[in-house]
Amino acid sequence: MDDLWHRRILNYPKTWIVICLIFIATAAIGAGNLYFRGDYQIFFDDTNTQLYEYQKIESIFNKSDLISIVMAPKQGDIFTPQTLGLIRELTEQAWQVPYSSRVDSIANYQHTFAEQDDLIVLDLIPPELTFTANDIADVKQVALSEPALRQSLVSDSGKVAVINITVQLPEADNTEKMVEVKDYVNSLVASYQANHPDIEFHQAGIVAMNYAFMLSSQDDFATLVPAMLLLVMIFLGIALRSIAAVAYTLIIIIGAVLATLGLAGWFGFFLSTPTVNVPTMILTIAVADCVHMLASVRHHMRQGQTKQQAIAKSLEQNWLPITITSITTALGFILMNSLDVPVIRDLGNLSALGVLLAGLLSLTMLPAMLSVLPFKVKPKSNTHNTDRYDRFALWVINHNKVLGISALLVVIGSAFSITQNQINDEAVKYFSTQNEFRQAADFMAENISGMSSLSVAIDSGNEQGVSSPEFVTMLGKATDWMREQPEIHHVQSLADTLKRLNKNMHGDDPQYYALPQDQALSAQYLLLYEMSLPYGLDLNNQLNLDKSSLKLQLTIDNLGSKEMVELESRLRVWFEHNAPQYSVMISSPTLMFAHIGERNMQSMLQSLPMALLLISVLLVFSLRSLRLGLISLIPNMIPAVIGFGIWGLYSGEINLGLSVVVTLTLGIVVDDTVHFLSKYQRARKLGQDAQQAIRYAFITVGRALVVTSAVLVAGFALLGTSDFRLNSDMGQLSALVIFIALIVDFILLPCVLLWFDKQQYAQAKNTNEAHLAIDTNTPQTNS
Amino acid sequence: MKMVIKRTLTASFVTLSLISAFSVLADQGKGLELAKLRKQADSGWQDSQATLTMELKNAAGDTSLRKLRIKSLEVNNDGDKGLTIFDTPRDVKGTAFLNHSHAVKPDDQWLYLPALKRVKRIASRNKSGPFMGSEFAYEDLSSFELEKYTFNFIEETTLDGQSVYLVEQVPVDRYSGYTKQRVWLAKSHYQPLKVEFYDRKNALLKTLELKGYQKYLDKIWRANTLVMNNVQTQKATTLTTTKLVFKTGLQVNDFNKASLKRAR
Repeated sequence: MDDLWHRRILNYPKTWIVICLIFIATAAIGAGNLYFRGDYQIFFDDTNTQLYEYQKIESIFNKSDLISIVMAPKQGDIFTPQTLGLIRELTEQAWQVPYSSRVDSIANYQHTFAEQDDLIVLDLIPPELTFTANDIADVKQVALSEPALRQSLVSDSGKVAVINITVQLPEADNTEKMVEVKDYVNSLVASYQANHPDIEFHQAGIVAMNYAFMLSSQDDFATLVPAMLLLVMIFLGIALRSIAAVAYTLIIIIGAVLATLGLAGWFGFFLSTPTVNVPTMILTIAVADCVHMLASVRHHMRQGQTKQQAIAKSLEQNWLPITITSITTALGFILMNSLDVPVIRDLGNLSALGVLLAGLLSLTMLPAMLSVLPFKVKPKSNTHNTDRYDRFALWVINHNKVLGISALLVVIGSAFSITQNQINDEAVKYFSTQNEFRQAADFMAENISGMSSLSVAIDSGNEQGVSSPEFVTMLGKATDWMREQPEIHHVQSLADTLKRLNKNMHGDDPQYYALPQDQALSAQYLLLYEMSLPYGLDLNNQLNLDKSSLKLQLTIDNLGSKEMVELESRLRVWFEHNAPQYSVMISSPTLMFAHIGERNMQSMLQSLPMALLLISVLLVFSLRSLRLGLISLIPNMIPAVIGFGIWGLYSGEINLGLSVVVTLTLGIVVDDTVHFLSKYQRARKLGQDAQQAIRYAFITVGRALVVTSAVLVAGFALLGTSDFRLNSDMGQLSALVIFIALIVDFILLPCVLLWFDKQQYAQAKNTNEAHLAIDTNTPQTNS
Repeated sequence: MKMVIKRTLTASFVTLSLISAFSVLADQGKGLELAKLRKQADSGWQDSQATLTMELKNAAGDTSLRKLRIKSLEVNNDGDKGLTIFDTPRDVKGTAFLNHSHAVKPDDQWLYLPALKRVKRIASRNKSGPFMGSEFAYEDLSSFELEKYTFNFIEETTLDGQSVYLVEQVPVDRYSGYTKQRVWLAKSHYQPLKVEFYDRKNALLKTLELKGYQKYLDKIWRANTLVMNNVQTQKATTLTTTKLVFKTGLQVNDFNKASLKRAR
């Protein structure tokens, strides 16, 4: 069957090339359907508890997608005529931001006060204010004492002011609309920055974060893909020393990438921060398939065979290893499906598809191209190199006890140091300190408040229930308690509004700055207040339709996920003790990220045994040996153990990106083991002992393993340079694990084989290959 | 040759802009004329007492009901006077709102809070906020006065089979929440069938549909169902008039501060 298939390719190479090209082109058309999604929701399933609660809160109260403009005059005081005037102007301008539904700043804060029996409602900085010293003193006094403003729209220090713009983004083409909003704010800020160089501007809020997510994907795509292609060309040039070989390989791997992206488009996938790395992944991994094919063709041609014979021989020898390694690698990616993050599942599935396509193309289109197009080989010997690998094999064999025991110690040490790792997903820290959004977050954290938030929705269970004395008292206590928590910088609470109105309605007597203890009175205050507010500044973001539920908006430190979850449970415990009769929902994007890392890691750990089992079964099946299959577990598992051990010492922070590294690298490092063990086994079957077989394996595949590992390490290291930490951490750790895998295969695996594989191989003498008697001096070197 | 073409072009350009300038003027004239007809058609009713329900609906489809009564007094050459009494929700029952609307200067507004047993004047220039948390702004419900807008006639067209005039009106007050309103006036009685409200960035914010027009006093046309849809938030409010009586004998002194406390 295989023979027939090989002959079909080699007999009709042009037809095959055309078929493959048509397939690639047809698939690639689908790429037109691809679109970017830059929002943070892509990291969460619809069934995610925190996302569900958040969406529920959003549907009960108005949506609160925010973009904030942060202003800090360099002279360190916003309470100057110039800066206050500017805040007023920019607040007015901000209403022009597309999809804006609300603008909040100290300028349009609705200041209420009493004059006899009049309730006066005015902008804190009304249009006609001329900024006399008295005016400014008044504004400053209100801004820095009003709990609604302090630490939210103005910093305690009076150095920083914030303008919050709430946007209502339509569901459809959300990302496009988000970009429209951000672009508008960008140009607005840019023009103000140009006219006011003495003021530092930043942008924050969920819109800015989503935009940063999108920008980093595009940056990665624009820089990493070309860099990867360049890297592949350089590497191939060195390894294959043939321009034609480089060109054919590029055609195959670019074809695989195009077809994958195209099919992704046809299947309705979208591009996002993680999936944008699919091309880089495919480029990195697919190169190995081509290298094995080309190296083997070259080897046979050097041995004096014709090109067609060499291609046929190479196909025959490589179709099984390429198929198996493609499947194991794809399996590693497919196993990402057990994770809780939709876009990482997409990354896995698309990469798996790409790896399989690359494998397929390198077994069909590559030999077909080689057969039709020119491919020349200079006869040249490589004995020097193979000697080197043989010497290395001998060294390992001679020192197997010392090496094995040291390796064991390293593994034990790493196992301990793995405990140094802590799961931490903090969206702000996904961005490098060079990133504009990260800088804004850091600036805000230093000068006003964290950028993280929590929405707390409390349902009284009754219509108008939020005005009941019981509820109002609880609200007051909750607000006070929250303000005592060190992580909480600001609490937006209706309690403050009610206290203020109560005071206003009693002629601004400070004694009445207290919560009204009469249901009707609270309700009537709210009615009065609502009737006096302007467009966009209503209470709909804090109260629901029938006033049965209320929302508190907390601004908090940029906490790590552990501290975040701890704060959440502290809040929940408080409500359980102090307000058991009300149902409480707590959520925010920050909280979603805080939970997802932990859950993702759990899913990964649960799926790991399955991954190991599947891959081991595949190895047992392909090597047709249970013992070798079991032995292979050691070099397959240990690289991740050591890798995460080193990571514990180097960084110690585990985020979403890293939860995929174990399965991802497992699928890849298995390839090395497969190549090594299959050559080792071949030698053993021909009657050699473990030592000789190890030497044979080193000589035959040593260089190929070094070369393919090098390109993989380089590829992932390149990903490690991404500005986006989910990608860069994943790249760095994967590169590390693959590098360690090579060392393990070269040092620990031979030791283990020497110790545990001492038995004679049963079929040794009756295999029909026996007459080929391995000659260690003229091996296939795959170099 | 070149010059001739240039000159002809310039001439035709000037002519064109003159024509369009005239038509703008003409359209403004016609717009104002239609607005006058609208105002005229709705005058002479003296006073009215209405009972209304207001149903609020959010994007998720939850609803909430409010009941209120409105007493109105027609005032010539200024805005009308109104007294709104809230019946439900229970907690605001008895709360009464008195307003003397004005064409250009801010309305005078007083509120009686039964829980506080006091009348409070609200000094606020804001008229664009939501009325009782609904999608109606206070300004959407206040009386129609010519001085509040500049008008521009757009076209004669049809709306759901009815012949209408489409008029654009731009609020004069800087505290209005709108940049413009597009009003579809029925040719038969000059009252609006539909209004589109555009927000500060000139994006469509809300659409109001006025349904169930009935004739009162042989000449006054009033719609009994007003449906306001917020296209940005997907929230909606339906204001239904369940009872409406004209010429009930209300006097000016039924619309002063003292009358607020008496209002039931």
